Amino acid sequence: MAGASTSSGAKAAFVLIGKRLASSLLTLLLVSVTIFVIAQLLPGDAAQEALGQSATVEQVAALRHEMGLDRPAPVRYISWLGGMVSGDPGQSLVANMPVSEVISSRLPNSLLLAALTALVAVPVALAIGIGSAMNRGGRIDRALNITTLSMVAVPEFLVATIAVLIFSVKLRWLPSIALVSDEMSWGDYLRGAAMPILCLSIVVIAQMARMTRAAVIDQMDRPYVEMAVLKGVAPVQVVLKHIMPNAIAPIVNAMALSLSYLLGGAVIVETIFNYPGLASLMVNAVTSRDMPLLQACAMIFCAAYLILMLIADVTAILANPRLRAQ
Amino acid sequence: MDDISALSRRGLIGAGLGLGAGLLLPDGAMAASKPRRGGRIRVASLSSSTADTLDPAKGALSTDYVRHYMVYNGLTEMGGDLIARPALAERIVSNDQTIWHIRLRKGVTFHDGASLTAQDVVWSLLRHKDPAVGSKLATIAEQFAEVRATGKQDVVIRLTGPNADLPAILAQSHFLILRAGTKDFRTANGTGPYMVSQFRPGVRTLVRRNPNYWKSGKAWLDEIELIGIPDEVSRVNALLSGDVQLVIAVNPRSTKRIMASRGHGLLETPSGLYTNLIMRQDQLPTGNAHFVAAMKYLIDRPLIKRALYRGYATIANDQPIPPFHPYYRSDLPQTSLDLDKARWHLQRAGLSGVRLPVYASPAADGSVDMASILQEYGSRVGLNLAVNRVPADGYWSTHWMKHPLGFGNTNPRPTADLLFSLFYKSDAAWNESGWKNPRFDRLLLEARGEADQARRKQLYGEMQGLVHHHCGVGIPVFISLIDGYDRRLKGLRPVSLGGLMGYQFAEHVWWEG
Repeated sequence: MAGASTSSGAKAAFVLIGKRLASSLLTLLLVSVTIFVIAQLLPGDAAQEALGQSATVEQVAALRHEMGLDRPAPVRYISWLGGMVSGDPGQSLVANMPVSEVISSRLPNSLLLAALTALVAVPVALAIGIGSAMNRGGRIDRALNITTLSMVAVPEFLVATIAVLIFSVKLRWLPSIALVSDEMSWGDYLRGAAMPILCLSIVVIAQMARMTRAAVIDQMDRPYVEMAVLKGVAPVQVVLKHIMPNAIAPIVNAMALSLSYLLGGAVIVETIFNYPGLASLMVNAVTSRDMPLLQACAMIFCAAYLILMLIADVTAILANPRLRAQ
Repeated sequence: MDDISALSRRGLIGAGLGLGAGLLLPDGAMAASKPRRGGRIRVASLSSSTADTLDPAKGALSTDYVRHYMVYNGLTEMGGDLIARPALAERIVSNDQTIWHIRLRKGVTFHDGASLTAQDVVWSLLRHKDPAVGSKLATIAEQFAEVRATGKQDVVIRLTGPNADLPAILAQSHFLILRAGTKDFRTANGTGPYMVSQFRPGVRTLVRRNPNYWKSGKAWLDEIELIGIPDEVSRVNALLSGDVQLVIAVNPRSTKRIMASRGHGLLETPSGLYTNLIMRQDQLPTGNAHFVAAMKYLIDRPLIKRALYRGYATIANDQPIPPFHPYYRSDLPQTSLDLDKARWHLQRAGLSGVRLPVYASPAADGSVDMASILQEYGSRVGLNLAVNRVPADGYWSTHWMKHPLGFGNTNPRPTADLLFSLFYKSDAAWNESGWKNPRFDRLLLEARGEADQARRKQLYGEMQGLVHHHCGVGIPVFISLIDGYDRRLKGLRPVSLGGLMGYQFAEHVWWEG
């Protein structure tokens, strides 16, 4: 019985993954079209932005030809799409380097920052969420509630600026800017990335903790929990063994949403700490009208979001025997 | 025939003056501290993006200029007195200001060990005429009718017309000299004081001292790391927390924070940078001379200097030559806020009670506040200005010079001729107000070919008067540039061409840590 349900669960998961991958590809295609069209509506193009105020008409024409911008928009889109399908995201118009090279110098930074933030934020958020749910209505719950609510309410640029004023300008414990270079040691990196991680954590911890608390409390009122309590199961065991398997789906969903924010939404933190990540690269690409780079960044963010959502859904199915059986 | 050019005579006098000024400096920094070798600093510039380049022709932003001056040299160079002196050129002379003879300095080598030859110079200058290079100064390079090598160390430049400013033009970062045939700009092969050890666009530029630099003794620092911190608050924080030792473009609002720190100093550079009100002369009602006069009387210059720039500005007089410039004309009457005169001119223009949109944007520094101040005074004389604030992104291509009433922002240019040719000549592409003054155009051409300094000053003086009286631009103040530095960094001096010693600090500073 158990074996049958597991295999049918795995099958359901595979079918779901297959379907979701197909629809993800469609989503990516639609997003790329949307971004391309919207970017066409922006005033100016890469040639004008690169030459700036001092451009002459002949120069703009020459540069446009060199960048391939003198071709009609649909042709440019199709050729970009063709390249993308064959695994080549093209040439950055501004940096004069392959897009893959530009991105490969930034993506690891972004992934590392997101991973370290997740490493800090997820356990803390779970602890806060479960802790305050177990003490529902009590002092700890209220204190944690006020803390998380104010963390959600305070914008991250304020947190970041105050953190810099305290930790780097006054106390001089941590550098005010995150310098990342190839030859730096892990210790140096962690020192530089400490404040960006802190600031990003504050935002996502609050969101995840509140969702966790809500999900756990939602389960605590169910009869099976009452049953377990009456059986004499210890409170911690009730939460871990009985409640969590049922609450895991909404929690993972909330986490996926928060974590997808870490990749593309870190632009403010990246700006304040001068962290060379992907979000600021995308902003660069927009202001310099560097279409191939912009498209590549958008595809990465979109794909990351879709993957996280997929993981959340698969987790939800595997955690729920009723969904598994379907 | 004068064998020695006006330039080298001027150069000599200028050098003497510079020496005198150095001795008179009350700062004591120069007297107390002798240049010494060693040390490593990190410098934060204004911006850093994938558009960062090591190709001088493409240099667009202060970060690029700084990077280029670190690794390359020009035929000439300019100091705080705005006089061009020979650099890679040993001598640059002309009899008629049209055909220029350049003798190159001997014994100059590129970072890869190759010797500097006339071929490198010819190639470096002529590439600006190739549209595919995308040079920022292509329009200026059109003046080069011919550039050819006449020997291993000799170059002749024939211009399309006389231009006494050629030495100053060649000092600009775009005309720095490359090795002939350079194609790959992932790294740089120059003759400059520093060699590139790492260049990552949008992240950092790392350079180390060139041990074979041709200027004896220089440079002093072992290593310089150039990064960009676009956010001003972050930049100042990085300076105060000791993560960087030199920052460009400090906002006047942040000056108090830096002055409060004992270990940090401010370098104020009076400059020719200005944000100006543009009144299009080819559109109505801004083309009305009385309207233009009224607007100039509505500008409260001391208020703008005090409130917008905390005193880090110089009052301007509706013409673009700043007071410290050698060709500045001092006897023009200063326009100041006069509501009665403004009201009278407005009535003569028949525009009392008219509602007019004025376009302002963060792209033109301070313009939004200036527009609000104008709006306030305008309402007192019966002029109803509506401030349209538009985004900085795309401002220059979509809004600048397109509306009857708007704002522009002009960076300092190395010569009066460049400034007037680019922004005030009748047929200039950026003739912001679209004014047309045949007398001005004639004077401009005459001054360009004039070798006599006194006569030149007179000609430029008359042009300043014409712009002041008739042109449709209102220039409230010249904005000072402010850099912040760690006090252990010595040798910094203001050079009004730009921040960080006209972007050329790298070879002049030393570390006393």
